[in-house]
Order: sequence, then structure tokens, then C-alpha cells
Amino acid sequence: MSITRDEVAHLARLSRLALGDEELDHFAVQLDAIVSAVARVQEVAAEDIPPTTHALPLVNVFRADEVRPSLGTAEALSGAPAAEDERFRVPRILEED
Amino acid sequence: MIFKTAAELGALIASGETTSVEVTRAHLERIEQVEGRVNAFLHVAAERALEQAADVDRRRAEGEELGPLAGVPIAHKDVFTTKDMPTTCASKILEGWVPPYDATVTERLRAAGLVILGKTNMDEFAMGSSTENSAYQVTSNPWDLTRIPGGSSGGSSAAVAAYEAPLATGTDTGGSIRQPAAVTGIVGMKPTYGGSSRYGLVAFASSLDTPGPFARNVLDAALLHEAFSGYDPRDSTSVDEAVPPVVAAARQGDVAGLRVGVVKEFAGEGYQSGVLNRFNETVELLESLGAKVVEVSCPAFTYALASYYLIAPSEASSNLARFDAMRYGLRVGDDGTRSAEEVMALTRAAGFGPEVKRRIILGTYALSSGYYDAYYGKAQQVRTLITRDFEAAFTQVDVLISPTTPTTAFPIGERADDPMAMYLADLCTIPSNMAGNAAISVPCGLADEDNLPVGLQIMAPALADDRCYRVAAAVETALESRWSSPLLTKAPAL
Repeated sequence: MSITRDEVAHLARLSRLALGDEELDHFAVQLDAIVSAVARVQEVAAEDIPPTTHALPLVNVFRADEVRPSLGTAEALSGAPAAEDERFRVPRILEED
Repeated sequence: MIFKTAAELGALIASGETTSVEVTRAHLERIEQVEGRVNAFLHVAAERALEQAADVDRRRAEGEELGPLAGVPIAHKDVFTTKDMPTTCASKILEGWVPPYDATVTERLRAAGLVILGKTNMDEFAMGSSTENSAYQVTSNPWDLTRIPGGSSGGSSAAVAAYEAPLATGTDTGGSIRQPAAVTGIVGMKPTYGGSSRYGLVAFASSLDTPGPFARNVLDAALLHEAFSGYDPRDSTSVDEAVPPVVAAARQGDVAGLRVGVVKEFAGEGYQSGVLNRFNETVELLESLGAKVVEVSCPAFTYALASYYLIAPSEASSNLARFDAMRYGLRVGDDGTRSAEEVMALTRAAGFGPEVKRRIILGTYALSSGYYDAYYGKAQQVRTLITRDFEAAFTQVDVLISPTTPTTAFPIGERADDPMAMYLADLCTIPSNMAGNAAISVPCGLADEDNLPVGLQIMAPALADDRCYRVAAAVETALESRWSSPLLTKAPAL
């Protein structure tokens, strides 16, 4: 076993996914098979091989700091699940005292 | 009308023999007739399409200089933002969302006068190889309605193969354009990474995602490639270079003297014999056309799949964190007592499908401290080795070739709950995403066992996209003269 059900439950919490018991059971088996298969990458002896994060040899891309038109408040809020006073309305983010 | 190529339709509209409104209406009628069986579209924008078509006709009547595809209809993958149509990525978490802005690709389609018929079905957030991971519907392969149309851009491939649209857009992260093109008998191209803009493309794996064209022939694909590609300052990984001369290359298919490498690792166990038969015949064909064919070994390619299924989920786990139920999309469980964090977790559990959840968890695992070096780190080293294999190969040959997929279209449901079996569909396409080079799939015949389409993959160095089109055009011309008509004419009538 390369990944346990408890680990999957912990990862789901880290990923903000409220999974049910059945889903966890199912994913634990599948993820174990996937992790075992992708572990093949460890067969490659690679002490001196640099990692590639990106296909292009890009470093930093800069642009001029210019004022440009952007979305208005109404457009920015057009897809909001809840809005109030021209702002996104969100559930409480602090614990109550 | 619907059986004409995009280039022909563009010319007929330009010469005044027909109008964009007539062409658009013909395709909307076709959609009405076959869509009940194919299910390629998540959203058909009939009224908007006719408005766009009328607008192109008006611009032309006013004497405006328009491009070769002006007035031609197109199906647009539902992963690109469109401010006049919903954009869902086939996910419940974005159900009904109409973005406040257009993707660069969308903008350029409009600027070229292409008429967007609607948005096509896909695997949720482009994760999959069969389009079965859509939260809304299962799309059928027009060759056999019980089979998958490939994925993730399966709605686009099915729409083009079913003559619902002459052109479609797609995105390719591990093969999501080339594999659906191969299994539906059409042409699909993954441009060089950075050659087409990701601005407004809902991100899956940002270092791999590449928009590209679908068409029923090589020239049409090149025309569409040219229409929406090129430098975009709004995408920081966009390549600031001229678009390679893809249209000219598609018009002069010629392989005389070209050095072609057959990737040794892409054959053998797991490959359907009918696929290998058609591939081997195409190799002989290339030789008869004057190409110098040699076998090339790329040993790191055998680790590409494993490396991809660490890198892509890792990037996805980070990218999909934006779906937090706060600014747009679904919100579940906000009853006034739950915290933002609880609402987030409930929303994401309700809004994402199983494959998306699996990949988020897998990516979170690969990036966790304690596992990072063993998984993500090693996968990035494999990526280096794959790039080196390509570099070494391209010192010996001009292009590399392989089958696009190990098998033809598999039956709907066969691999739906077996992730590892599903992942194998992208075995041959993944290396070009890892290295960022150009690659195309072009039809090369039907497999003996099941009479289903087989694709030839042609891979060229980064920014040598035109080479893919040149070889693909030569293969297309030679095979169509052998078959006496395009492959798609052999598909059963819908």
C-alpha cells in the first residue's frame, strides 16, 4: 500500500473537499493504484539532472506599469454567488467570540 | 453545403456566391438533425450565431477587408471564456456562469470573422481522454455512437466529424486535441507551447495547456491555427515570435529528402495491431514519397506518462484552488452559520466530479512535504530527460512520427471508472506537452479489427509548427488519392 485511506482523508481536508465515507473508500483504492504506477519516475537515476518546471526558457516577463481599462464593479460582481453594497458577500471568516 | 471545407466556404462567402448567414443556417440545421445522437454541444447559440453571421455579411458588403475564414462557423470548446455565452468547463461548479470577458482565442476568432455556433462538451476541466468526465452529458463518436469521441476536447472532435461545424477549437495538455482528432478521423494540432494564448483559457496545468485547431483537413487546420495564434502580451508565457508559416506549409505538402524518425518506444505491447498496421503502411508511404526514414530511440518517453500524472495534477491542485465559492460559480451550504472554509469544502465536494477530485488529491499529495522530492521532483527530472531525448532526436531527423494513440476509440463506459486504463490513451501524445514542441495528428486509415480511424502523429521542434503541416499535407494528399476520397467519407451516415 503506497497511500492509506487516512492519508487520502487528510489530503482531502487540505484540498477543501468535504468527501463522504464512500467516496473516500473508493478514492483510497484508486489513488493507491495511481500512486504505485506513477512511482515509476523514481526508477530514473537522476542525481545530476536539473528539474524542468517549464518548457520555455523564460525568466521574468515585465510590462510597463500603465493604467488600463478594467472590469467595472457590476461586471466583476456579475457572477458572484452573493453580493452586497458593491462587494462580494462571503460567509463568516473569523470565529465568533 | 455542410460537407465543404472551411477554405471553400470562406471563398464562396467572399465571392458572394453564398452568405455567412446561409452557411451558418445550414450548420444550425445539421446540429438540429444530429445533435440528439452526437451530443457534442453543451450550448448552441443559434441566435447569437446568426447575428454574428449577419454582421460579417454586413462588414463585407461595406467593403471591409476580411480574412479567409470570415463568415465560416466554428464550434468553441467550453474551456475558453466567452462573454456572450456560458463557460462551464463541463463542471457543475461553473453551471450557468457567463464570464465578464473574452479569452484572447475567442477575441481573435471574432476578429477573423468566424461565427461561434456554441460551446462544446469536454471532460470536466479538460481532465480525461473520453469526454465521459463531463458533468452534463456523454458525447458519441460519429463513427460509432457507442464509442467515445476522445477527450478532453471530445465535443469539438465529434462536432467536426459529424459535420456540425467545419472547424473547432480545442486545448491540449497531454493529448486533448490530438487523441480526439485521431479517434474521430480528423486533423488536430497542438501548437508549440506559448504559440497560442492561454489568456481566458480556464487553467488546468499551466505549463502544459496549449490551445489548438480541429478541422477535417490539413489546410483548414492551418488557416484556423494562423487565425488565433501569435503573441499575446496578456499571457506571460506567450512566445514573442511570428506565427510559423503554417498555411504555406499546408499548401505545399512535400517530404522529399526530409529526415523522418520513427519513435522506437511507441510500439509493441498495448498497441492494437490494426493501429500498428496502418502506421507501418504510412511509414512505407513516406519512404515512397522520398522521405529518409530511420528508427530513433527516446528512452525517457517510457516514463512520460508517470511523470505527467504527477506534474499535471500538481499544477491542477493549485490552479483549481480558485474555485472557492466566493467570487463566482457555485456556492453550497451558506446557511448563515457555517464558516467560509466549511462552505468552500462543501461547494467543492458538490461541484467537482470524481476525476477532478482524484487529481486535486493526487497533486496535493505529490506536492506535500516529505513526498515532494520523491514524486514531483523526480517527475520534473524526467521532464528534463524527455526534452533531452527530443533535442538529441532532432539533431538526426527533421520530424518524429508515431501512432497518435495506442488503440482506436474504445466503447463508452469501458474505462470510465478505471483511471489508469484511461490514462494510457495519452501514452504517445504526452512527451510533446512535456517538452513544449509542436505535434499534429492526421488520419492514416481504418484499423482492420473495427473499421475505426487511426491517427498518425507528427512531432516537430518548438516553433517548427509548419513542419508538422508540411508532412501532414503530404500524407493527406497521398492517402486521399489512394482512397479516392477523404477518410471521413467512409464514416456511416448519421
